[in-house]
Amino acid sequence: MSSWVYVGFFLVVGLIVPIGAIVASWLLGPKKPNPIKQSTYECGMETVGDSWVQFKAQYYIFALVFLIFDVETVFLFPWAVKLGQLGMFAVIEGIIFILILIVGLVYTWRKGMLEWV
Amino acid sequence: MTLFAALRVVTTGNLVHAALWLIATLFGIAVTFAILNASFLAVVQVVVYIGAISILFIFAVMLTRKEMRDRGPQMNRNWWFGALLAAITFVGLVLLLYGWNGVSKTASVYPSDFDAVGALGNALISPDAYVLPFEVASVLLVAALIGAVYVAFNPRSGDSSK
Amino acid sequence: MDFLKDPLKVAADWLLGILAGWGMPDLWAQVLIGFLGVFILISLLMVLDILLVWIERKVVSRFQSRIGPNRVGPFGLIQPFADIIKLLIKEDITPAGADRVVYNLAPILSMASVLILWAVMPLAPSILGVDLNVGVLYIIAAGAIGTLSIIMAGWSSNNKYSLIGAFREVAVMLSFEIPMLTVMLIPTIFAGSMGVAAITQAQDVWFFFIAPLAAVIFLIAAIAELGRAPFDMGEAESELVSGYNIEYSGMKFGMFYAGELLHAFTFGGFWAIMFFGGYRFFGLEQVSAFLAIAVIFFKALVGYWIIMWVRYTLLRIRIDHMLAFNWKFLTPVAFVLLMVTAFMNALLTDTLRIESGSVLYVAIMFLSNVLVAWISLETARAYSRRARERVEGPKIAEAGRS
Repeated sequence: MSSWVYVGFFLVVGLIVPIGAIVASWLLGPKKPNPIKQSTYECGMETVGDSWVQFKAQYYIFALVFLIFDVETVFLFPWAVKLGQLGMFAVIEGIIFILILIVGLVYTWRKGMLEWV
Repeated sequence: MTLFAALRVVTTGNLVHAALWLIATLFGIAVTFAILNASFLAVVQVVVYIGAISILFIFAVMLTRKEMRDRGPQMNRNWWFGALLAAITFVGLVLLLYGWNGVSKTASVYPSDFDAVGALGNALISPDAYVLPFEVASVLLVAALIGAVYVAFNPRSGDSSK
Repeated sequence: MDFLKDPLKVAADWLLGILAGWGMPDLWAQVLIGFLGVFILISLLMVLDILLVWIERKVVSRFQSRIGPNRVGPFGLIQPFADIIKLLIKEDITPAGADRVVYNLAPILSMASVLILWAVMPLAPSILGVDLNVGVLYIIAAGAIGTLSIIMAGWSSNNKYSLIGAFREVAVMLSFEIPMLTVMLIPTIFAGSMGVAAITQAQDVWFFFIAPLAAVIFLIAAIAELGRAPFDMGEAESELVSGYNIEYSGMKFGMFYAGELLHAFTFGGFWAIMFFGGYRFFGLEQVSAFLAIAVIFFKALVGYWIIMWVRYTLLRIRIDHMLAFNWKFLTPVAFVLLMVTAFMNALLTDTLRIESGSVLYVAIMFLSNVLVAWISLETARAYSRRARERVEGPKIAEAGRS
């Protein structure tokens, strides 16, 4: 636990420094809001239409595939740590694990889910 | 702090704010893991939950167009019944845990060089521990992947959205 | 001599002595000293950040055959300070309709996610913020917070270009985390631990020589994670007018910009730690902690130089090409490399009893990496040749090949 306390310190100081910088800028800068300055930027023109875009479903699919492989890689970390001491048997097991997931990747690929975002 | 964030998840009206409060809750859980000396779980919590699942949530929220603000009344007529049920469940759980003598013990103190991750690794691989669930987990992940493909693609076969 | 080897402990003990002399209870003194140490490190990092701005601008100008800032101070060294002053006194504009809390939180989180990375950067054998035994995953966790801050920035700006830029950038960052995670497993295998200090200590032979392909894949994935060209979808300056940064002005933009440069330097440092021996340099680090710091800073600078070099040489890659490259090439290659490395490692050390670290071991692992790289490149080449034939007809593809 004590090591994580230092991480907490880092987090606190890491948050304070940018907050301090931004507060400093807020204090030092002029404050003259007017509607033109605050309007949304669109390459210098007036905005056209709703400031909202049709969200491509493909983003969601990529995030989903990422999630699966993220969990897989996280599973592999304890395996990797002990690999040096456990010999060939552990390696074969891990390879089976990875191969099953590569099959999954190939399946996703062939089904065309990896096209465009 | 975690509880406060969890409360805000269900009470805030704005959907995206709800997702952000969820992230705060998950972060609180990660901190709890860290305090309990489960370092690996703490980092995994941040990586998987906050890094992937929260982003998935936010994407899903973005997928639903239009109205992202729930303007209905905060609670409906039967709120007292829901509160009663929650209180009963809570009391029941406390009584149950009280009977278990593990509650009043603090977490057992491991020797300071206890290699938690290594022990986890050993457990996952050695044949008389958890190796079969390890392999089955990979099959489960692939099944999830195939399911995701199926769900994502079937409705899209006649979809007009680009 | 003791001070040279272990300055932090000496300084901490000295301060503890002073504070105890003033009658402060021990716990408070420890906490205060901890805070002080962290604060000093982060202040030094911010100064470093300013210098990085200068380095970046000078280097880009040399790449583009011009001189770069040279008016403000000798060699333009005071330029970044002038920039900071300018950013500080700019007006703080919040666009209409933006979600104030999230809008303000995003740059803070972005910078914070970079600063907390330095908690696990081993600067010397005795200087390490926190020796977490899950250091490698911690790096990814901090990256996850950075990814989140980008979505927050893009969404809260109430600007459709900002939103598109943020989504693309996050899609790219998420996708490239997979090869990065996979390749980070390889130093973990060699070192037998996820802690960064252990990985540095285990590098009697630099891991680069045992797994060069892993180093290359890590570099590519790291450049994509940083959101820098040629993967800079998030700020595609000519496409999306600065992407998720559009509505940010003044110091908030400064946070994003400086954070990105510091992030690049930090990843240069992690590349050095994982593959080039970190602060180790033929035993030099045993002499003094300061030399070790100098060594790792030098290596991080070299890594940063390479990242800058790539940025100013290559064109931006189209987003669908980027994602196809990741999922169809980089991820399978990373997984195959992981399997091959694990297999060869077990084969050599277990079955054939070759001493890990000996020249034969290094040579065989190096060759196996080269083999994997060669096979994957040939596969990609054959695939692209077939695709070209399909489009253009076999004769033209033949002519193109000769």
